[in-house]
Amino acid sequence: MQSIQEKLQKIVCDQTLSPQQKARYLSLEAENMLPYPLLDTETTKAFATGVLCDLVEGHAPYKPRYVLPDYSVVLTQGSEYLELEAPVDLDEAINCLMIAYHHVPSVTGMPVYIGHLDQLLLPFCEGVTDDQLYRKIKLFWRYLDRTLPDAFMHANIGPQDNPVARAILRVDAELQQIAPNLTFCYDPDISSDAILKQATDNIIACSKPHIANHPLHQAAFDEKGYGIVSCYNALPVAGGAGTLVRLNLKEVALRSTSVTDFLTQKLPYYSGLCFRLIESRMGYLFEQSNFFDSFLVQEGWIDTQRFTAMYGIYGMAEAVNLLQDMQQSSGRYGHDAQANELGYQISQALAQLVGHTPVKHAWRGRAMLHSQAGISSDVDVTPGVRIPYGAEPDPVTHIQALLPHHRYYDSGISEILTLEETIKNNPQALFTLCKGALAAGFREFTANVDSNDLVRVTGYMVRLSDIALYNQQQGSRTNTTVLGAEAAAGTHILERKPRVVSHEISPSYG
Amino acid sequence: MKSAQATVSKVLNYSCVDGPGNRLVVFLQGCNFNCRSCHNPHTIGLCNHCGDCVPACPHKALMLIDGKVDFVPHNCDQCDACLKACSINANPMVQIMSVESVLARLLEHHLMLDGITLSGGEATLQADFIVALFTAIKADARLRHLSCFIDSNGQLGRAAWQRLLPITDGVLLDIKAIDTQLHQALTGRPNQRVMQSLSTLHQARRLHELRYLVIPGFTDQPSEVQALAELVLSLDANIPVRLNAFQHHGVIGPAREWPKARQHDIQVIVQQLQQAGVREIITPAVYV
Repeated sequence: MQSIQEKLQKIVCDQTLSPQQKARYLSLEAENMLPYPLLDTETTKAFATGVLCDLVEGHAPYKPRYVLPDYSVVLTQGSEYLELEAPVDLDEAINCLMIAYHHVPSVTGMPVYIGHLDQLLLPFCEGVTDDQLYRKIKLFWRYLDRTLPDAFMHANIGPQDNPVARAILRVDAELQQIAPNLTFCYDPDISSDAILKQATDNIIACSKPHIANHPLHQAAFDEKGYGIVSCYNALPVAGGAGTLVRLNLKEVALRSTSVTDFLTQKLPYYSGLCFRLIESRMGYLFEQSNFFDSFLVQEGWIDTQRFTAMYGIYGMAEAVNLLQDMQQSSGRYGHDAQANELGYQISQALAQLVGHTPVKHAWRGRAMLHSQAGISSDVDVTPGVRIPYGAEPDPVTHIQALLPHHRYYDSGISEILTLEETIKNNPQALFTLCKGALAAGFREFTANVDSNDLVRVTGYMVRLSDIALYNQQQGSRTNTTVLGAEAAAGTHILERKPRVVSHEISPSYG
Repeated sequence: MKSAQATVSKVLNYSCVDGPGNRLVVFLQGCNFNCRSCHNPHTIGLCNHCGDCVPACPHKALMLIDGKVDFVPHNCDQCDACLKACSINANPMVQIMSVESVLARLLEHHLMLDGITLSGGEATLQADFIVALFTAIKADARLRHLSCFIDSNGQLGRAAWQRLLPITDGVLLDIKAIDTQLHQALTGRPNQRVMQSLSTLHQARRLHELRYLVIPGFTDQPSEVQALAELVLSLDANIPVRLNAFQHHGVIGPAREWPKARQHDIQVIVQQLQQAGVREIITPAVYV
């Protein structure tokens, strides 16, 4: 086993990391030399064996996982701590935000929420032409990507159709940057079809924005509102989430003897342990870390009472399929009505457990249920309630299969539809799919349009890899592909970490 | 009265390549052309219950009961081994669907759909079903917003089109070749009826787009492309022309040895059509 010094040495001299990335990994190592917040034996065991997971948040939570400041505070009052006057025009407002972001921590050290930007900036747009607005947003966007390079940094816009939202969508499609991530909050009674169409056209251009069902989210929160941050987590604005703890449903199913045992014994048992882990991490953050002595609280950017705890789940697909095997049913999750129904039953049971269990320090005294997107160390387990990759049915069937889950996951349900490239010739299809899914009760709509392996040519699906294999057997017409591949294998030229990364996806070194 | 029924090869809940927006597509079984380049040859024939496919199925999804091939969808793994075993380009997995069952499917998904397209095979061979289905869709307040389209090879006669057109919103018309001898060579039939359909559909304002399959060495010849342009211009330069690229997936027989149409091949034709004055040309989003 390598000593801690060896590991630190390895980080310091790593060929692929920037100095900033090294500093971050070093700080994580230091934090994790501290003892973990106190846990009982049963919870420790569930944690150690992978039934529970804390997403490598660190041993000593000295900042909430997600912070969603109410940026309207600094834009209307300025900040005494930061020695900022209240801005009076658009340049000053954007400048204030650019400063503010560097004082908002999160699990990655970078802000995950940069505000509901159109609502924040519209009051400063009087007399600003669309062209001026476009230029300013473009510089702002470039600044965000270059100085806060985290793919989970998230901006919100909508539901109104307005010049700021339009400028942001235009710039986002044009620049094709990874950061910031973007959510358009859609309300069929407020948003125009034109702005939704611009949003879905953007999905075709750059797989962004994510579209949130505004009325559904609004109903789950209060008048202060919500924000969508990171990988599609819905959280209270002027607050956030203290922690995100995950329950691995596949591991729970592996420890069950039947569907009844799963639903009536093992799920409540491991859920109880999940709450113990949540309580222990929330306790440390609220009672020991002194985080809430921050100017963010004193000046009213955030409110200590508005931090929830996220109760995440993953591995629904594997859990359902294991339970189906136990009752000698061959139907698979995502494809079979009985299997899907079992999944809905599990989601309902989880929602009841979360709804009935008090959590100290949490907003409204309860955790919030979340279907979690996964991290790089997840092996053989599907994120959240998703249908396993490569086994997804067509998008309409896919949406219908997952729809009944959506009502249960108040703090977000990370689901990504992969659409084949042929949709580029028919953007109306994506618009209808999105609008229809939200009208049917989908909480969020996220789609990727990329060079997917599956392509529909004339109504039948073909697999590009099959064709590639076929072509390969015929011999390649050019040799450059092979040379390129050899160079990549020999020189590690592809291994340097990209400048913009998803820090939550790789939360520790090595 | 017993409702109309159709012999259906496959239903897709999602398609963005069969007309405007997202469409539910019903592929009807059976075709009156025998295109050498067909990408779905198993939709051409009708099952004669010979039973050759039954032992070919590795998943016990096919059985011979009282001399009829019976399909058990639950067991099917969609491996398509039965299609390879079939000597007459038929499909033992066809299902008989009533108008009501298609309506039920539309009602389930209508929020996410712009419309329905009946494709094939050749959809118009089951015209009674189309009339019954489209009439029912237009009579249902919940489904009326869905546009009703047909994808056709154009072999249908003028009188039959007159039955369909009042309840059809648009037709995607395939034209395999402009030169009738080439058409005969590629499909087994001359193209006079297709030309007649083109004119009928255009006059009735139901021609949504003209679809042209580019097969290198056959339909990409300059004279043929010029004839296509002239045909379009004789009607309306704004008729959308969709160029599809010939590829090998699904193709059987000697046509598998024909070269695929590459992006470059399509671009050459786009240029020629544009120079001739064709205004709206749609090219493939993906080449395989």
